[in-house]
Amino acid sequence: MGDHHHGPAKGLSRWLFTTNHKDIGTMYLWFSFSMFILGGAFAMIIRAELFQPGMQLVNPAFFNQMTTLHGLVMVFGAIMPSFVGLANWMIPMMIGAPDMALPRMNNWSFWILPPAFLILASTLFMEGGAPNFGWTFYAPLSTTYAPPSVTYFIFSIHVLGLSSIMGSINIIATVMNMRAPGMTYMKMPLFVWTWLITAFLLVAVMPVLAGAVTMMLMDIHFGTSFFSAAGGGDPVLFQHIFWFFGHPEVYIIILPAFGVVSQIIPTFARKPLFGYDSMVYATAAIAFLSFIVWAHHMYTVGMPVAGELFFMYATMLIAVPTGVKVFNWVTTMWRGAMTFETPMLFCMGFLVLFTIGGFTGLMLSIAPADFQYHDSYFVVAHFHYVMVAGAVFSMSAAVYYWLPKWCGRMYNETMGKTHFWISFVGFNITFFPQHFVGLAGMPRRIPDYALQFADFNMMSSIGAFIYGASQILFLYNVIATIVAGKPTSEAKTWEGAEGLEWTVATPAPYHTFETPPQVR
Amino acid sequence: MLLKANRLRELALGPVLMLLSLASAGAAAAGDKVNQVNMAPGATEIGQSIYDLHMLIFWICVIIGALVFGVMFYSIYYHRKSRGVTPSTFHESTKVEIAWTVVPFLILIGMAVPATSTLLDIYDFDDAEMDVLITGYQWKWKYEYLDENGENVSFFSNLRTPQGEIYNTAEKGEHYLLEVDEPLVIPVDTKVRFLVTANDVIHSWWVPELAVKKDAIPGFINETWTKASVEGIYRGQCAELCGKDHGFMPVVVNVVSKDEYAGWLETKKAEAAEIRELMAQTFTLDELMTRGKAVYERNCLACHGANGEGGVGTAIAGSAIAMGDVSGHLEIGINGVPGSAMQAFGGQINDVEMAAVITYQRNAFGNNMGDLVQPIDVYNHKKG
Repeated sequence: MGDHHHGPAKGLSRWLFTTNHKDIGTMYLWFSFSMFILGGAFAMIIRAELFQPGMQLVNPAFFNQMTTLHGLVMVFGAIMPSFVGLANWMIPMMIGAPDMALPRMNNWSFWILPPAFLILASTLFMEGGAPNFGWTFYAPLSTTYAPPSVTYFIFSIHVLGLSSIMGSINIIATVMNMRAPGMTYMKMPLFVWTWLITAFLLVAVMPVLAGAVTMMLMDIHFGTSFFSAAGGGDPVLFQHIFWFFGHPEVYIIILPAFGVVSQIIPTFARKPLFGYDSMVYATAAIAFLSFIVWAHHMYTVGMPVAGELFFMYATMLIAVPTGVKVFNWVTTMWRGAMTFETPMLFCMGFLVLFTIGGFTGLMLSIAPADFQYHDSYFVVAHFHYVMVAGAVFSMSAAVYYWLPKWCGRMYNETMGKTHFWISFVGFNITFFPQHFVGLAGMPRRIPDYALQFADFNMMSSIGAFIYGASQILFLYNVIATIVAGKPTSEAKTWEGAEGLEWTVATPAPYHTFETPPQVR
Repeated sequence: MLLKANRLRELALGPVLMLLSLASAGAAAAGDKVNQVNMAPGATEIGQSIYDLHMLIFWICVIIGALVFGVMFYSIYYHRKSRGVTPSTFHESTKVEIAWTVVPFLILIGMAVPATSTLLDIYDFDDAEMDVLITGYQWKWKYEYLDENGENVSFFSNLRTPQGEIYNTAEKGEHYLLEVDEPLVIPVDTKVRFLVTANDVIHSWWVPELAVKKDAIPGFINETWTKASVEGIYRGQCAELCGKDHGFMPVVVNVVSKDEYAGWLETKKAEAAEIRELMAQTFTLDELMTRGKAVYERNCLACHGANGEGGVGTAIAGSAIAMGDVSGHLEIGINGVPGSAMQAFGGQINDVEMAAVITYQRNAFGNNMGDLVQPIDVYNHKKG
């Protein structure tokens, strides 16, 4: 027995060489949180500069570097790896598997991430500065007119794309091959389902992103003209390729969040998830639609009217499966017996704010109206309602929900609830006024603005500082829990919790389900 | 500053005011743009139908939101464990699922119909009465009135806000960042077709109240149009990130009566003739320096600094180019440095301006070369 039940190695080598899904999950989570803080710091610089009209703190060139890095770090460094970390921790425990299917590759998927972001962050100190062309890096601003650091940016994108693809292959292999006996596809927890679909999206679109940056590399260094009209190329081609990746990417970020919410709401409503089957089908439908709507980011590039109509209709359709999901969550609460611990609060915050983000998304899908919304702060407000109140809120919910299982200690509920309320209020003060300035005509990505936008921008900045500060409280609460939280050994932390992860000991032992459980 | 008085009160009452004003936004007085919370219907029919579409969808979303959140909050209140309720166990109903798939679908069709008709109206480019070619440059717009007789009128439209206002050494004016040295002038009640392109990177020409936003893409020409029914000055900005001064390339459109427009066009044509005449003249150093300083401040200062100290661009004070051979200096001024931020200004400023600014650069900032460049030198250099 002793041979196979070894614990973790000691010291640094435990983390460097580990193939354990829990260790790797932990590293992903900490890495993504540190990126969240870094990306957040960039956001604070942006909001501090926009506190008042006029240039005060930074110059316009540096401002553009901040908006670019904020977007890149948050999307690729904070949100995506955080859900990969969650997948690493939870998927094997949810399907009754001892580990991920490809544990050595798992180690690699994580360990190439920090170097990728070191390279990206180091561009800040290079001559000509960091990438300054926005996280969407439209050519030719990102090719002919880019700073020299663009080459490092391209390399960094390649590496983190590689990490994502390897991580996804691992998730697909694990879910398809390592489910416990009796764990049929339609019995899998919804978090596993949403991640399985997300992983397919990632495998499909990350190579497209790699293709786009490779074409940029060729244009910059090897004399090709993919995106340069002067050489017979087409700058709009870049946007088509980018958004063919970029739109599914949005769902890559939000689908795992849907999964988390679908786990947590039934727990605290003490009632099974309403419409499990339709949730699975809706997720699949959203994933399918995500491939045929990309040009709704490009309504103003001068597409033919038939193209505009196709992309408008297809985009509007996404409202249907998304609506189904929201209705199902609300119906899950209906006639339950609810309590409102921190994870549930974050999920309800998610539900309200994500739905608002969905509504503005529907408005943006209407091509003629988008001619006014496009590239304005209305869009900034929209996607932060989806990204922050959607993905980040659900991630916070997930951490509070599973933290006791991970470390065998209970977090401080009062502090958790405080974190939620400050986040919720701060978030809305930040982003709600951005709808207004956007509709009133303020373009996004500008370092300075006309005087009529001053009040709402100041409000937005104050909200951002509040929201930013609340994340420090989050960090403190998590560390305090791990170090000195009230020990708990109850297998089932939450009264209404269902699922295999709640059948193992608390804290979860280093190895779980070495003998597969029998499901039902 | 004009906003300060109201700021604290607005911040305190913020959210409440916002909702109230959003509800009554349709009635908001035109021109009162401070703290505007909603889209402006603007001065065109298309703008009005976009606004109507926007409000229609907004209210549909508000109603659906009220229903969904209503059910949710009812449930939060009445279905709490602390009220001693026992949870139900129901967890599926195909009928309900079908209902909330089909009903939203029908609502979407209700939205798609007016959206399609507005979109088709926007794409109707027929019967334009005049054409203006709009070219985006880093970081200014060029307007060119296309004339059947080849007598095109063209000019650049630059940000007019002084650096002092931007860097907080001077009081900010009413139209801070939304003012230009020379606005686009178009006649009222006239269908004006815009051909939109760019010289370097992608820009986007946006005037909210004219309901026009079109990307300006290098190498391609996009089409769009407007027909303003109210005279006035309409302000907008570049909407696509285009580099360092993306936030500093406003669009100002002056919609005037047809008579006034005709008069303005004649003046512009006369000015063009005058410049052609100036090209043949010889200027003194003082004349060139005065003209050159103005040209420098409009075109060069943003990158090369107020005192030629450099910035995004290289320093001009003491530079080998400004203190070297005149023809090398002219070459860079006229043709730029390909692949860098230094643009080819030969097509952007006229020969008099080019002669003046080159002379200025060679004699200002302590360069003191003492040589003069005349318009004819520029002309000859361009000829090769």
